[in-house]
Amino acid sequence: MSIILDKVNYVYSEETAYRIQALKDVSLTIEDGQFIGIIGHTGSGKSTLIQHLNGLMKATSGTIYFHGQDIYDEDFDLRELRNRVGLVFQYPEHQLFETTIFDDVCFGPKNQGLTKDEAGLRAFEALRNVGMPEELYYQSPFDLSGGQKRRVAIAGVLAMKPEVLILDEPTAGLDPAGRDEILDLVARMHKERGITVILVSHSMEDVAKYVERIIVMNQGSVMLDGNPKEVFRHYLELEAVGLAAPQVTYLMHELKSKGLMVDTDATTVAEARASLLEALTGIDAGKADFHR
Amino acid sequence: MGIIKAKQLVHEYIRRDEEGNVESIQTALDHVDLDVQQGDFIAILGHNGSGKSTLAKHINALLMPTEGSLWVDGMDVSKEENILPVRQTAGMVFQNPDNQIIASVVEEDVGFGPENIGVPTDEIWQRVEESLKAVGMLKYRHHSPNKLSGGQKQRVAIAGVVAMQPKCIVLDEPTAMLDPNGRKEVIRTAHELNKKKGVTIILITHYMEEVVDADKVIVMDEGKVVMQGSPREIFSQVGTLKEYRLDVPQVTILADLLRQSGLDIPLGVLTREELTGHILRIAQIGA
Amino acid sequence: MLRDITLGQYYPANSVIHKLDPRVKLFSTMIYIISLFCFKGIAALLTATVFLIAVIRTSKVPFRFMVKGLKAIVILMIITAAFNLFLTPGEPLVSFWIFTITAEGLKNAILMAIRLTYLILGTSIMTLTTTPNQLTDGLEKSLMPLSKIGVPVHAIAMMMSIALRFIPILIEETDKIMKAQMARGADFVSGNLLQRVKNMIPLLVPLFVSAFRRADDLAMAMEARCYNGGEGRTKMKPLHYERRDRLAYLIVLGYFAIVLVCRTFLPFPM
Repeated sequence: MSIILDKVNYVYSEETAYRIQALKDVSLTIEDGQFIGIIGHTGSGKSTLIQHLNGLMKATSGTIYFHGQDIYDEDFDLRELRNRVGLVFQYPEHQLFETTIFDDVCFGPKNQGLTKDEAGLRAFEALRNVGMPEELYYQSPFDLSGGQKRRVAIAGVLAMKPEVLILDEPTAGLDPAGRDEILDLVARMHKERGITVILVSHSMEDVAKYVERIIVMNQGSVMLDGNPKEVFRHYLELEAVGLAAPQVTYLMHELKSKGLMVDTDATTVAEARASLLEALTGIDAGKADFHR
Repeated sequence: MGIIKAKQLVHEYIRRDEEGNVESIQTALDHVDLDVQQGDFIAILGHNGSGKSTLAKHINALLMPTEGSLWVDGMDVSKEENILPVRQTAGMVFQNPDNQIIASVVEEDVGFGPENIGVPTDEIWQRVEESLKAVGMLKYRHHSPNKLSGGQKQRVAIAGVVAMQPKCIVLDEPTAMLDPNGRKEVIRTAHELNKKKGVTIILITHYMEEVVDADKVIVMDEGKVVMQGSPREIFSQVGTLKEYRLDVPQVTILADLLRQSGLDIPLGVLTREELTGHILRIAQIGA
Repeated sequence: MLRDITLGQYYPANSVIHKLDPRVKLFSTMIYIISLFCFKGIAALLTATVFLIAVIRTSKVPFRFMVKGLKAIVILMIITAAFNLFLTPGEPLVSFWIFTITAEGLKNAILMAIRLTYLILGTSIMTLTTTPNQLTDGLEKSLMPLSKIGVPVHAIAMMMSIALRFIPILIEETDKIMKAQMARGADFVSGNLLQRVKNMIPLLVPLFVSAFRRADDLAMAMEARCYNGGEGRTKMKPLHYERRDRLAYLIVLGYFAIVLVCRTFLPFPM
């Protein structure tokens, strides 16, 4: 089963001078269990897109099917959809409000109608998953560091046990260590729980390391959709719309254009290193032949 | 003496309970020595909580040293009468673009600083125009800041500081909340101000790729200056940088890995072009 | 998008009215409102109408933007008119069930409707042709004499202009937090009043926290830019009266004089 978007359009401020078409004929299929990166610069429509996936925004035209059901049907339960498609907004720590970390994480499960005990169990599990030390559970979330607050906020959504977890730029404003912690956490959730994860980002390098599929948004439309290697092959088009492929992609293409036989599909440092070592020894041999 | 000089600078955040008893002391700056020359472009790196923002706030007299001294253009920042002159000499740009723009029209915001220091009206207009031109935002002068992108807002904030004609500008993580385009805009603007106007720039960041073109890089950790040197010197110590939880650019890591695998590549490769050159040299192609 | 809501509905155009000093516009609006409530008789009404039409034409603001403001008070107008229509004693015109419409009532109802319409149109001209910032400046300068008796006029004006800058940001933030809590299953619409108020906590707490954080940041940013209160400040856009402003004062006073004259000497009944 899956989420299917069929020709989804979204228009802001229709019939005014400020009319903006934020989504244009977006058709996508999101398969269960995929780890997807959505990339696009500010204003490309990526944030608008993900808010459609859990019904927080309603398409101006087009439909979305969740497990085969039209979510805009009158008898479709949108709250149930939100329970199953968890959305972590940008700077999620700004939504913390309870007096203790634990209570804050319980908020989602309680809204799902779980009993106090069940909600508590969920909260324990989620907080453990995000690596929060137990002695902090009953402290105020407002005393935590930025990175810790964010992990608590993510736990708040994880505790709802969604089938699909969407994160809107979860690493914005964090330092490199904080960023790696969050991304590793998300990758682990995907692996251990087998849930679908959609990661919205504007950093290609972050995304390339983790996801199996990249959707590039530009001006409200899907510009590219494929696995990272397929997408980064279009590195010149990406650059034209203000997005950069990982540094090694550029390096490999440059080397290839100068005549060095390297794998231009390498997107991570490890892949590049392997390909380069092979190519450099290979060329040495070829050169020896040439001289003979 | 350089434009900014710190001698054994210490800053402690003291938390007190309701009765005023000391609950905890956190040393944010631990005997920091610093000497910045007029016209330099200095980058300060460090992860969150390393003390880099605390240092920045001292340079603008927003915080006072607990121990030690700091001079800005020869003025001791801990003297009450120096506060306003220090703030005028060393301007400051903050992280959140929304929370530092005061007016609802771009040009009025840029005029805010000059208004505060009593610049005559005609000159304010002149300064506003020059500053907006310097950051490439002149055509947005009548816009509302709410309709600008993050990078544009930060450039407006920079213009607001430039209009006060400071000798030095401290940028405290100006790119942390921006997308890649916005980041480039802001870093480019800082370099232009440094080159064209000779303004001393102190750029605080945790993005390593932003410091490649700096004159000098300072790495901070737990309130101490732990590394100092040219970008090349700093980038040649990939292992140490990782220990300080910093993010080394992909090409620098790749170059380092290749070197470790026995290839003839020097330490501290900074850019893609450099690495391409080295690899082609090894492969004996073109060069 | 929520950020596109322009506060105070300023309509940018290049007209004499737009260029007038905000103090002139504040004063004139006040005079106009006073005139509406002291006119009597058809001649004064005509004067007020002609004056209003003339100003609207000069302002170059399309009439439909003015009418927008009227929509909001339609209900108020109907209620006021109804009160006047049914509750004014006098000579009965028509009478059904418990309602009696008198000639005086009809006259009063019409007059009240006209007054309210003119009042809204008159004030919209001010808000449509003056940016909120100009209005703040105008108020600050007009109220400056009060600072001599200890009223912190500069601080109040500064607070007003900062509020104007941050209201759209906070509106957007409210929207964001609301959505974030809805994604966690929060419900802001159902339940009885008490429940609903309780349900607002997840929205209000983060909103206050955020507002305080922004206020902190902003205070520091202002200090860093040498803000030190109103003392010793110069102005980028100081208010100066020009010839057109003096002329405008004369015209408005002239208009007021005519209304008063009509009231005294030509109180022809309608």
